[in-house]
This record gives sequence, structure tokens and C-alpha cells, in this order.
Amino acid sequence: MNIFVLMKRTFDTEEKITISGGIINEDGAEFIINPYDEYAIEEAIQVRDAHGGEITVISVGNEESEKQVRTALAMGADKAVLINTEDDIENGDQFTTAKILAEYLKDKEVDLILAGNVAIDGGSGQVGPRVAELLNIPYVTTITKLEIDGSNVTVVRDVEGDSEIIETSLPLLVTAQQGLNEPRYPSLPGIMKAKKKPLDELELDDLDLEEEDIEAKTKTIEIYLPPKKEAGKVLEGEIADQVKELVRLLHTEAKVD
Amino acid sequence: MNFDFTAEQEMIRRTIREFAEEEVAPGALERDRKKEFPLEVFRKLADMGMMGLPFPEKYGGGGADTISFAIVTEELSRACASTGITYSAHISLGGAPLHLFGTEEQKQKFLVPICTGETFGAFGLTEPSAGSDAGGTRTTAVEENGEFVINGNKCFITNASYAKHLALTAVTGEKDGKKEISAIIVPTNSNGFTVINNYEKMGLNASNTTELVLEDVRVPIEHMLGKRGEGFKQFLVTLDGGRIGIGAMAVGIARAAYEKALQYAKERKQFGKSISQFQAIQFKLADMAMKIELARNMVYKAAWLKDQGRPFSKEASMCKLYASEISMEVTDQAVQIHGGYGYMKDYHVERYMRDAKLTEIGEGTSEVQRMVIARLIGC
Ligand SMILES: Cc1cc2nc3c(=O)[nH]c(=O)nc-3n(C[C@H](O)[C@H](O)[C@H](O)COP(=O)(O)OP(=O)(O)OC[C@H]3O[C@@H](n4cnc5c(N)ncnc54)[C@H](O)[C@@H]3O)c2cc1C
Ligand SMILES: Cc1cc2nc3c(=O)[nH]c(=O)nc-3n(C[C@H](O)[C@H](O)[C@H](O)COP(=O)(O)OP(=O)(O)OC[C@H]3O[C@@H](n4cnc5c(N)ncnc54)[C@H](O)[C@@H]3O)c2cc1C
Repeated sequence: MNIFVLMKRTFDTEEKITISGGIINEDGAEFIINPYDEYAIEEAIQVRDAHGGEITVISVGNEESEKQVRTALAMGADKAVLINTEDDIENGDQFTTAKILAEYLKDKEVDLILAGNVAIDGGSGQVGPRVAELLNIPYVTTITKLEIDGSNVTVVRDVEGDSEIIETSLPLLVTAQQGLNEPRYPSLPGIMKAKKKPLDELELDDLDLEEEDIEAKTKTIEIYLPPKKEAGKVLEGEIADQVKELVRLLHTEAKVD
Repeated sequence: MNFDFTAEQEMIRRTIREFAEEEVAPGALERDRKKEFPLEVFRKLADMGMMGLPFPEKYGGGGADTISFAIVTEELSRACASTGITYSAHISLGGAPLHLFGTEEQKQKFLVPICTGETFGAFGLTEPSAGSDAGGTRTTAVEENGEFVINGNKCFITNASYAKHLALTAVTGEKDGKKEISAIIVPTNSNGFTVINNYEKMGLNASNTTELVLEDVRVPIEHMLGKRGEGFKQFLVTLDGGRIGIGAMAVGIARAAYEKALQYAKERKQFGKSISQFQAIQFKLADMAMKIELARNMVYKAAWLKDQGRPFSKEASMCKLYASEISMEVTDQAVQIHGGYGYMKDYHVERYMRDAKLTEIGEGTSEVQRMVIARLIGC
């Protein structure tokens, strides 16, 4: 089985994030594999171990992404492709990324593509579905279970806390939701072997893409941090007075009509 | 000069830090209270291939370097010092002498199960009346019909309850009026071999520290490790490597204490301000950060020298001495910054202080380190 995993390097949103000059400060930020992509990698490894085949991890990013790509190889992926767009693209969006990935994948023998449900930085959840559309294959998002029998696939999908069972077939793209599996730590032998596994580094030129083919469809107007959470108010006095005060505050401060 | 980690070292650091934060730290307080050995943690470390980290792949090891060993020991010790010493002793006291001095057959038989995590590694040197003066060994091994018959006592031996075999030192004869000390590999299930796990310790409560009693324990002559009469020289070499482990462990404990103190100082308000705004507290934290950085640099330097195959005894002693002493200072100040809360177990820092103390004692006391350094600078 030919398995592909779409993987993004992102900053760790559990660490402190700062903004300067309208962009997120990369100095001092910790970078990680997008956590949802870790589920995708783990699932790919489990599918390969059960059904045989080969896992290729693909990442659109920059030179720095090699660290995360190597980590995926250390976890157990067989080879990797890093499409370095650093010199060609200044402002890409989900359209850009999906177009590049699809261009790379279009002439490959694809059985299964796994991606994260969302990237925790942009949080759009678009790249997976867009790639599937461009490749004209079915896709199922936010999956929590994957069963493959020949070319028949049964998927459990998380729909806002409920489960939906979907039957479909390969080739297929799925996006991973939390709960799909428990991603493994890279093993020491995996880490030591990661450097020797094949990693292809490509640029746009290698894909026959022009910059205008992948120009972003969206524009970022402004990036800002959420407002600081302010201390709550504790009302005091008789209950009746508190209720009156609450209604007044809801009108005047919270602007509830 | 290059202060960057290699790609492998960096990946090992990230992996083990995440593992330590998620799998090791959460139970540390409970294990200390209950004196419970972290067996489950080590089962997972074995699954990750960490138990044979610096040993060659052909013995089931990871083929990684000493810097990586220091990284792993620091991160584990930061989460739980008992886990840290268990790991450090397993590798540098248990595995290393077999790797350094063992025959091919001994390595296959005794090093492989250490690398796979099937058994823990241990090393029996200290005796009730032979500590710093390890040459004062009284345990004897008398040759009889192709076997050694071993009698004696060892004390304070780490990991022995969980070791299927261990190397220990014994007097095998006399040469020119001097004791001839050799190292012998002894299976712990041998007849006459008793491991007593009965100490009430100040700290490192979740680690395993034991007494060994050997009464007419018989092992084949082939269990001699290295050359006859070189047991003393061998354990000096072994301890050089072990000191890097204790240095890394001391840095890990100090870092845990410093990080807790920094966070607490920012949160704790007295006199209307965070106590981190008082210069008295700031200076403490600044000193802690500096000492940890210096200690770690020295640990890495000793490890780097060892990886380059250069002499590293002096640096190993320096890193162990410095790191263990600043670890005591930093953990003490971390308790101080926590005020009354620091004296309470739930805040962790008092445990760090108890655990740190061992690093000034084990694998050569601070006084012994100063003796080693003094000798190596030509006194
Ligand atoms: C938790 C723990 C784990 C241990 N694990 C192991 C293990 O796995 N294997 C093992 O073999 N041992 C182990 N040990 C033993 C440890 O290495 C010894 O405790 C240590 O070497 C000190 O020996 P001692 O306790 O006999 O103290 P002593 O040697 O009696 O020292 C007492 C004091 O005298 C000082 N002193 C001694 N000689 C001199 C001198 N010439 N000049 C100046 N001062 C001197 C010492 O520095 C110390 O302050 C462990 C100990 C502990 C506490
Ligand atoms: C075993 C035990 C028994 C006790 N018994 C009693 C008792 O019987 N009765 C009782 O009332 N209390 C008792 N206490 C409480 C004890 O007196 C307090 O813990 C102590 O006064 C410190 O206060 P704190 O713990 O709130 O620390 P904090 O005041 O929060 O201090 C934290 C750290 O900040 C430093 N700090 C605070 N302010 C400043 C500043 N302005 N400049 C520089 N540094 C500053 C402190 O020195 C300390 O290092 C006891 C405590 C313990 C642990």
C-alpha cells in the first residue's frame, strides 16, 4: 500500500506566543510537528505494519522543517519529501499549500493519504479536503477510527462529539482527529536511523508550478493576540439587587439587547 | 568551537524531554512517598530502545554518544531523580564495565540483556569498611576447581534487586604483599547470594539501594571481568564515565528546582508584589540560572572529550564536583524562595534538596573529587 502523510511544522501553541511587526515572533518559539499530524503519522505506521507498503511524509515548508520531517522518519515513516517554498512564496495560504501538494501527488500511485484534521496555528482544516478535491478522490475528515479490508474502508468520524460510521474505498484521503490513536515516541534506533532514510528536497521549479498558479486566494489583514482575560466581577448585596445589577450590566457593558 | 547539538542529539533531547514530562514527572511525588521503584517507566524506556543507549548496535544498544547519555540522564533526573540515578547506574556502572572489559562471549551473555532492558545493570564496589578507600575491599574470591568461591558484603549497591547479574570487586590473591583485586560477574540468583533492600534513605526513595551478602557463592572462572588483578584500575575507569552521569543528574535536579522557584516567584505575592520583583529574589534566581548553565557546560565538555577518545578524568571529576555542589545550593535556595510552602512535600522542592545530596556522595564524594583533581593538576 502506498501511504502518504501530509505534515506541517508549526509553533507550539502551549508555549508563549508573541507578535511583533504584525507577525508571530519565531525567535524563542518552540516548533513541533502539528499535533494532529502526529496522529496521522501514527495511523500510517499502524496501517503499514498491518497491511505492508511504504509511508512517504510530505511537508510544504522551509529548510527548518527538516527537523520535524526527520522526527516523522524517526517515528517510523520510510521516506520523506520536503517541498521548500522559502524562496518562492511570501504569503501562501491553504489554497497554495493544497495546490503544491496535489501537484506533487497527481502522478503518484496513491492508496491512502493521511493528514491532520487542522493545523493548530492557522486552524483552517482546509488543506486535506482541498488536496482530495484536486486529486479527485474521496475524503473523510476528523476520523477517530480507520479499518481497511482490501480496498474497502470503514471509518468512524467524529461529528461534534457524536460518531458517524462511513464506508468508502481506496484511494482515500482522511484527516485525523484526537482519539484516533496514541502517537508513539520516536525510538532511539529510529532516531539514529532517521538521517539515513531518503529525504527528497524539492522546490517549485521541480514541480512545474509557476508562482502565479499558487498565488494565495486570501489576504491577511491583521494578526493580533486575543484580549487578556480580565478579572470577573463578583456582585454583592441582596439577591434582588444583585439580579437588577446583573441585568443592568448585561445591557450597558455586555451590550445585550 | 561549536555549541550546537547534532540532529540526533537534538531529537533525543526533544523526545526524552517530552517522555519525561508526560510519563515520568507525574508519578514522582507518589513514588517518593511510597518508595516505589519506577518499573513501568523503565519498561517504556526499554520499548524506546533507551536502555542500551551508548552501546554498539550489535549488542542491542543504540550506538549513541556520551553527550546523548548526559542529555537523557539530565531530562529524566529533572522529572524524577530516582529515575535518573537508576538510569545512570544502569548504563554507566552496569553496562559500561561489561562493554569496556568484557570478552565477546561475556558481552553477548551479559551486556545484551542490559541493552534490551531485560535486566537492570548494577555494580558492586562499596563495602561497609571500604567506601572512598575502595582499595580496602575485604570480599574474597578463592579459586577452587575452576570456580571462584566468593565471600563478603557489599553496601549501598544501586539496582541490585532488579539485576539478574552484576559485576563486583573481590580480592583474588596477593602480589608483592599487595592485595590483588579483580572484578567478577555474579548472577544474583546464585546459591548463597542475598540482596537486602532495607535501607531507610534521606532521598532517592524510588531508587533501589541494597546490601549484598555473599556466602560461598560459586561462579565459573570465566566470569572474571577483564584481567586478573586489574579490578581496581577498571573501576577507576568505570567511575570516570559514571561521574558524567552523576553530573548530568545533578544538573537535572538543579534545573527542576530552579524552574519551580522561578515560576513560584512570579506567582507568589507578598507586600503587594510578586516576590520575583524583589531584588533579593531576583539575585537568587540569577545565580541559580548561571550555575546550572556552567555546570551543564562542564558536563557536556567532559562527555565531549570522552566521545573524542581523549583523556577526560579531570573534567569528569570537575563536572561531577561542581554540578553536585551547585545542585545542593540551587535546591536549597529553591526551598527558600518557596518559604513555608517549600518545606511541604507537595511543592516538590524539598524532595529535590534531599535527592540532590546523594550527588555529593555517590561515585566519589566531593572530597574524593578534589583529591582526583589535585592529583591531575600535579599536586
Ligand atoms: C544512594 C546511594 C547509592 C550508591 N550506589 C552505589 C553503587 O551502585 N555501587 C557502589 O559500589 N557504591 C554505591 N554507593 C556507595 C558510594 O559510592 C559511597 O557511599 C561513597 O563512595 C562514599 O563512601 P562511604 O559511604 O564509605 O564514605 P567514607 O568513605 O567513609 O567517607 C566519609 C567521609 O570522609 C571523607 N573522606 C574519606 N576519605 C577521605 C580522605 N582521604 N580525605 C578527605 N576526606 C575523606 C569522605 O569524603 C566523606 O565525607 C552508593 C551510595 C548511596 C548513598
Ligand atoms: C514547619 C513550619 C512551622 C510553622 N509554624 C508557624 C506557627 O506556629 N505560627 C505561624 O504563624 N506561622 C508558622 N509558620 C509559617 C512561617 O512563619 C512562614 O512560612 C514564614 O514566615 C514565611 O512565610 P511564607 O511561607 O508565606 O513565605 P513568603 O513570605 O511567601 O516568602 C517566600 C520567599 O520570598 C521572600 N520574601 C518575601 N518578601 C520579601 C521581600 N520584601 N524582600 C525579599 N524577599 C522577600 C522570603 O524571604 C522567601 O524567601 C510555620 C512554617 C513552617 C514551615
